[in-house]
Amino acid sequence: MPDFDMKIKDENGIIVVTTNGYLNNYGGEQVASVCLQKISEGKRKFLLNVEKTEMVNSIGVSILIEVIEELQGTNGKIAFCNTAPIVEKTFNIMGISKYAKIYASEEEGLAELSA
Amino acid sequence: MTNPTVELTLPVMADMELAATKTAEVVAKRMGLDDMKTAEISMALIEACINAFEHSKTKDNVFITYIIQEDTLVIKVGDRGVGFDSEVVAIPNIDEKINSSHKRGWGVQLMKELMDTVKFETTEDGTTVTMTKAK
Repeated sequence: MPDFDMKIKDENGIIVVTTNGYLNNYGGEQVASVCLQKISEGKRKFLLNVEKTEMVNSIGVSILIEVIEELQGTNGKIAFCNTAPIVEKTFNIMGISKYAKIYASEEEGLAELSA
Repeated sequence: MTNPTVELTLPVMADMELAATKTAEVVAKRMGLDDMKTAEISMALIEACINAFEHSKTKDNVFITYIIQEDTLVIKVGDRGVGFDSEVVAIPNIDEKINSSHKRGWGVQLMKELMDTVKFETTEDGTTVTMTKAK
């Protein structure tokens, strides 16, 4: 049984994906799948709340690059909030934070993405 | 006097790298390493295990040794696979990964950034990566 699940909600057009558990290849595929589906439906703003994801691996994160790629040229945005320090450091090393902002809280992320 | 050593054998199975991180957490706590350094060790260990699982092309077990030195934790991750030349691994770049069909290949870079030293040794018996983290 994969140690990963997620919840999805639409906050005034911003898709909030709240993850729970280890973001490995399975988790990355789950998140990317829902984001790519929402992009195909016309959604352009995504906030990933990873408060309950204390550990990731590079395979899971690299799958999320597909979402960044898909949003390129669409004026879309993807961001993260509530990142554990090691997750944020991993995003920085991989350069993810160059394309996706990191916010301290979901409220802050929603406010910035709404602007 | 011999340094205290913890040995762990992992089957090549999904998410077994998390067993390695649990052991690392116990060892790091015993050594008095802070939370961030412990998390960095765990993250590097995850990548080393995935490398061993995937790139060694072996179904054999992966062997992990944690050597507790006075001021440094030494971790060896060994496999009996086909070998791995870290020198030929390109340094990944996010700008190049976007719109590339190959988005993976971050493991070695992460290990090097998260640990104090990382060394790969490949022989005909397999590959061992040795990583160190000072207190």
